[in-house]
Amino acid sequence: MTTTRDELAGRLGAAARTWLDEALTEAAHAADTPSDPTGPYLSASWELRFASAGRHCGPEHADSVRILLLHQARAGTDTLTRLYQHGTAAERRAVLLALLSLVPGPEALPLVADALRTNDTRLVAAAVGPYAATHLDQHSWRHAVLKCLFTGVPVEAVADLPRRARGDTALARMLADYADERSAAGRPLPADLPRVLTLTVPPEES
Amino acid sequence: MRIFDPHIHMTSRTTDDYEAMYDAGIRALVEPSFWLGQPRTSPASFFDYFDALLGWEPFRAAQYGIAHHCTLALNPKEANDPRCTPVLDALPRYLVKDSVVAVGEIGYDSMTPAEDTALAAQLQLAADHGLPALVHTPHRDKLAGLRRTVDVIRESHLPPERVLLDHLNETTVKEACDSGAWLGFSIYPDTKMDEDRMVAILRSHGTERVLVNSAADWGKSDPLKTRKVGDAMLAAGFSDDDVDRVLWRNPVAFYGLSGRLHLDLPSPGALHEGNSILRGGE
Repeated sequence: MTTTRDELAGRLGAAARTWLDEALTEAAHAADTPSDPTGPYLSASWELRFASAGRHCGPEHADSVRILLLHQARAGTDTLTRLYQHGTAAERRAVLLALLSLVPGPEALPLVADALRTNDTRLVAAAVGPYAATHLDQHSWRHAVLKCLFTGVPVEAVADLPRRARGDTALARMLADYADERSAAGRPLPADLPRVLTLTVPPEES
Repeated sequence: MRIFDPHIHMTSRTTDDYEAMYDAGIRALVEPSFWLGQPRTSPASFFDYFDALLGWEPFRAAQYGIAHHCTLALNPKEANDPRCTPVLDALPRYLVKDSVVAVGEIGYDSMTPAEDTALAAQLQLAADHGLPALVHTPHRDKLAGLRRTVDVIRESHLPPERVLLDHLNETTVKEACDSGAWLGFSIYPDTKMDEDRMVAILRSHGTERVLVNSAADWGKSDPLKTRKVGDAMLAAGFSDDDVDRVLWRNPVAFYGLSGRLHLDLPSPGALHEGNSILRGGE
């Protein structure tokens, strides 16, 4: 899922490629010397590159560049948490997208929970990716699915949706209640709602 | 008429305002960080505000087809509160963000030694980060404040052509113009400038380096004042090109000095089927 350095370099102009090479070198250095002294408000040079990736490589490549930097720096939960907390929505999105490949256990779930509390659809969509599919408890996951329907995030963003929805009678009940609420208000159902409801049918009935 | 409001505090405004602004032709804006009306008591309060200007507010603006950028700084008023001044140490990590197009609002409120320190330090931060600066001129003792501001800019490493002097009026426009800085005018319902006085200044000073803003915030103010100035200019005989220069090309040129302006946005409605800030059940 992560774009490789070579794939990315092929899509960037010369100036952006040079910038990326320098940024990756700094990130690799940080990976080898994790005790770089930083004060409460100071950031390592690769972290400043992480923040400015959009304007140096183009917003369309910002996710890929940032995720590559996180890998190169071998960012752990502490670093990812700091970058998320100090980040813009675009930076937070990149951290969320990188979680599954960088954090083996559920330690980074507070970041997912934070993103799911927002109403920023860029963050909600990134939060329901494969890391959430692997680690998010079923109650929070159901609310995340419902939040996608509420805020207009296409459910294609929800990783592993068919597996986790299958046989989930509580999710089915929540979806049906939501459909009732919409109907009572005379409002149309979100287009994705019937699709998700179908996915909740237990295996023996499907 | 395409309009760029170079100074408006959208955090204090509603989605109705965003809708009306889009209908009036506003397609881009810059939100400077400033005083919230209620004093802050710690740097953390600033950080949450900066995060909103970098995340939530651009998201809200995009729902209405408006490109949102911001300027970040410790404002002149709170530069006098020692509980807030540590923000200066944290600014470097915010000034690298992609949507930050200037350091601001900086400048003078009461012209105190603490304000001197914060202004000089933040002009240096602007120079260090390749950013222009948005400089607020004081409401009280305005002409003396402008002169002191221009002196501090001259002593700084930031050239005047990378500075926007804001909240100018008839008494300060000439000296501000002579300094070589860009000239900002805030159009307000009762205070600051109004549309007709603005037109008179444009007649006497021309349109070069002139920016017009609503500076709309939590007080009595009007987010459509930029459009009203455009209409008043046309009624007074200015051309469409003059209006476009003042209301679009000049702000694009000034904030474009940052190299960080991105003005392409999908039209509203392309983003979400509901075309609203979806909080659920809508």
